[in-house]
Amino acid sequence: MSFDPNAFIIIVTGSMIAISCGLLGVFLMLRKMAMTGDAISHAVLPGIVLAFMISGSRHGLTMVIGAGLVGIIATVFIEYLSNKVKLQSDASIGITFTSLFAIGIILITFLANKIDLDQDCVLYGEIAYVPIDLWISGSGQILGPRVTYLSLINLILVSLFIYLFFKELKISTFDKEFAASIGLSTVGVNYGLMGMVSYTTVSSFEAVGAILVVALLVVPPATAYLWSKDLNKLIKITIALGIIVSIAGYYLAFALNSSIAGAMASVAGFIFFASVILQRKQLPLIKKKLSGLKTAEANTP
Amino acid sequence: MEDFIYFFSFQDPNVLMVVVGISLLSISAAMVGTFTFLDKKALIGDAISHAVLPGVCLAFMLSGNKNPYWIVSGAFITGALSTYIISWVSNYTKLKEDTVIAAVLSIFFGLGIVIMTQLQQTGNAALSGLDHFIFGNAISIVRKDLLVYGILALTIILVILFFYKEFKVMVFNRSYAQSIGLPVKRLEFLFNSLMVLAVVTGIQAIGVVLMAALLITPAAAAKFWTDRLDRMLIIAVVFSLISGIVGAYISFVLPHMPTGPWVVIVLSLIAFLSFFFSVKKGVLTKWIAKRNYQRKIHSDHILKALFGAWEKDKQGLKTENIFNIFPGKNFKTQYSINKLNKKGYITENQSIIQLTESGLTEAKRIVRLHRLWELYMTEYMNIAPDHVHDSAEKLEHIITPELESKLDKNLNFPKADPHHSIIPRDPKKP
Repeated sequence: MSFDPNAFIIIVTGSMIAISCGLLGVFLMLRKMAMTGDAISHAVLPGIVLAFMISGSRHGLTMVIGAGLVGIIATVFIEYLSNKVKLQSDASIGITFTSLFAIGIILITFLANKIDLDQDCVLYGEIAYVPIDLWISGSGQILGPRVTYLSLINLILVSLFIYLFFKELKISTFDKEFAASIGLSTVGVNYGLMGMVSYTTVSSFEAVGAILVVALLVVPPATAYLWSKDLNKLIKITIALGIIVSIAGYYLAFALNSSIAGAMASVAGFIFFASVILQRKQLPLIKKKLSGLKTAEANTP
Repeated sequence: MEDFIYFFSFQDPNVLMVVVGISLLSISAAMVGTFTFLDKKALIGDAISHAVLPGVCLAFMLSGNKNPYWIVSGAFITGALSTYIISWVSNYTKLKEDTVIAAVLSIFFGLGIVIMTQLQQTGNAALSGLDHFIFGNAISIVRKDLLVYGILALTIILVILFFYKEFKVMVFNRSYAQSIGLPVKRLEFLFNSLMVLAVVTGIQAIGVVLMAALLITPAAAAKFWTDRLDRMLIIAVVFSLISGIVGAYISFVLPHMPTGPWVVIVLSLIAFLSFFFSVKKGVLTKWIAKRNYQRKIHSDHILKALFGAWEKDKQGLKTENIFNIFPGKNFKTQYSINKLNKKGYITENQSIIQLTESGLTEAKRIVRLHRLWELYMTEYMNIAPDHVHDSAEKLEHIITPELESKLDKNLNFPKADPHHSIIPRDPKKP
C-alpha cells in the first residue's frame, strides 16, 4: 500500500487519542470506576454545548474548561448521591449521566441554528475530517491538522499526569486505607483523575464522539487485564492495543467505507472477545500441562 | 394554552395514540426497572439500551424498511446477546462486572455505528428516521408501530403481574428462592428477556442513549417514598407516566424537540425532589431530624450545667457563664435558652438563669441516665471509671424510660455513680 499522508495523520491522531484514553482507563478499571468513566463521557455534553455558545467556536480553552467543570460536577454529584443521599452507586451513576446528557441534547436542539454542532457529531465524531480541519495561524500560515495538535497536547498532559502522580494513583488505587493513613488525599487523586477523563473526553470528542470515548477508555485496559495483572505490563499492553486498534480500525473503515471511530471500537471489541475466548480455552490446557509435569516429576526418581 | 387544551383533550386521534403508546411503555419500563433496581442491575439496562443499536441497524439492512417486526426482533436479539455476553465474560474472567458492562456497551454501540454509516451510504429514503432511534421521538411513531410496541408493553406488564411473587422472592432472597424450589435460572432468563423487551419498546420514543433513565430513575425515586415493593411499583409507575406524558406534550409543542430528553428531564426532576423532600428518607428530612437532635443535646447540656450549680447549692448561673461553657456557639446557646424558657424549664431573672421545678426534674433525669450508664459501664463492662464519661455523654440523650428502669433494676437501685456523685432520683417515684 502506498503511503497516504491523510491515512497517516488519521492513524497517528487515533493512536494518540486511544493511548490517552487507555492510560486513564487502566486506573478507572482498577478502581472499579469503569462506569463512572462512561458516565462522565456522556455528562460533559452540556458543558461542551455551553462553552460553544459562550465562545462561539470549537477552538480554544473555553470548551476544555466547560467540559472539565461539568465533568467534575458530575463526579461530585455521583459521590453526593451515593454517599449523602444513600442511593446505590449504579443508580447514582445512571441518574447523573442520563440527566446531564438529556440537558445537553436539549441545549443542542434549542441552539441548533446558532452553533455548528449537531446531535450526530456528539455521538460519533468524525476522525476522517481531521486532515482537512487545519490550524491556520494569524498570519495565514498553515500549521497542520488542528485535532492532531489537540490530541498531542492531550497525550502529553495525560502522560505527565500519570508520570507525576504515578505513586499516588497506584497507592490510592490498590490500598485506599493505607493511602489515607499516610496523608494522601484520595479525594484529590480521584478528582484529578476524573478531571483528566473529562478533559480527554472533550479533546477526543470531535474525533471519536462521546460514546466511543468509552470504548477507548475501557476496552483496551480490559483486554490488557486479561493478559497481565502487573501494572507496568498492563500499561504497556494498553498502549500497544491503542495503536493496533487505530491502525486496524482505520483500514477496516477504509474497506467498509464506514465510520472510523465505530470501526476502532469494533476492532477493540474483536480483540477483547478473542482474548476472552483464548483465556478460557487456555486455562484447562495450562492446567493439563502442569498436572502432566507434576506426574512426570513424580515418576522420575 | 391552546396547545395544552388541544393536546390534553385528546381530540386528535394521533395525539391520543402517542399518549397511549408512551403511557404503556412508561408503565412497563418502570415496572421492569423497579426489579432491576432492587436487583442492583441498573447499569445492565444501560448496556442493553446501547446494544440494541446494531440490532436495529441490521434489521434495517436486511428488511430495507422500518418494519416494526424486524426492528423489534433485531433489537431483541442483540440486546439479549449483550446480557448473555456480560454474564458470560464476568463469570469466566477476572474482570469486574462494571468493566465488562462498559466494554460490552461501547463495543456494541461501535458496531452499531459502523452498520449505520454503511446504511446511510445506500441513500435509501426510507431510512431517514434512523436517528429517531438514537434520540427518540414519540411523535414519529405511526399507528403500525404503535400496535407492536403497545402489545409488547402490555405483555411485559402482564407477565410481571403474573410472576410478581416469584420475581419478588428472586430479587430479595435468591438463595431462599432456590431453596423453595423456584426455577431461579429460568426466572432470571425470563426477567432478562423482559428487560430487553422493555428497552426495545422504548427506543423509538425515548432513544437508545436515554432509555436507561426510564429503567433506573423511577425506581430510584420511588425507593425514597416507601420500603414496600407493591407501593414502590405503583409510585414508580406514576412518576414514569407523568414524565412520559409531559415529555410527549413538550415534543408536540416544540416540533423539532426529541421526546426522550424531556422525559428524562422531568423524571430526573421528580427524582431529585424525592431525594430531598421525601417524608421518610429525604436529605432535608434527615437534616432536620439531625438538627433537632443536636439542639436537644445542646439544651440537655445547659440543663446539666444548671443542675451542677444546683448540686453545689448555687442559685442558678449567670447567663454569661452559660455562654462561656459553649465558646463560639453564642447563637445556638441563645436559641436553646429561649427554647428552655418557653418550655418552662428555666427562668431568667436579671441575667441569672435558674431551673424551675419541672426543669429540675428534667435535669435530674438526664444526669441520672448519665450516671447510671457510667455505673453500668464500670460494673458490667469492666471499663475503668475514667473512661466512661464520653459514652455516657452520648447515651444520656437516647436512653428510653424502659431501658432506664432496666438499668436501675440490674444495678440494684444504686445511690452513687463510679465517681461517687449521688445519682439524683425523682422523689415522686420510688
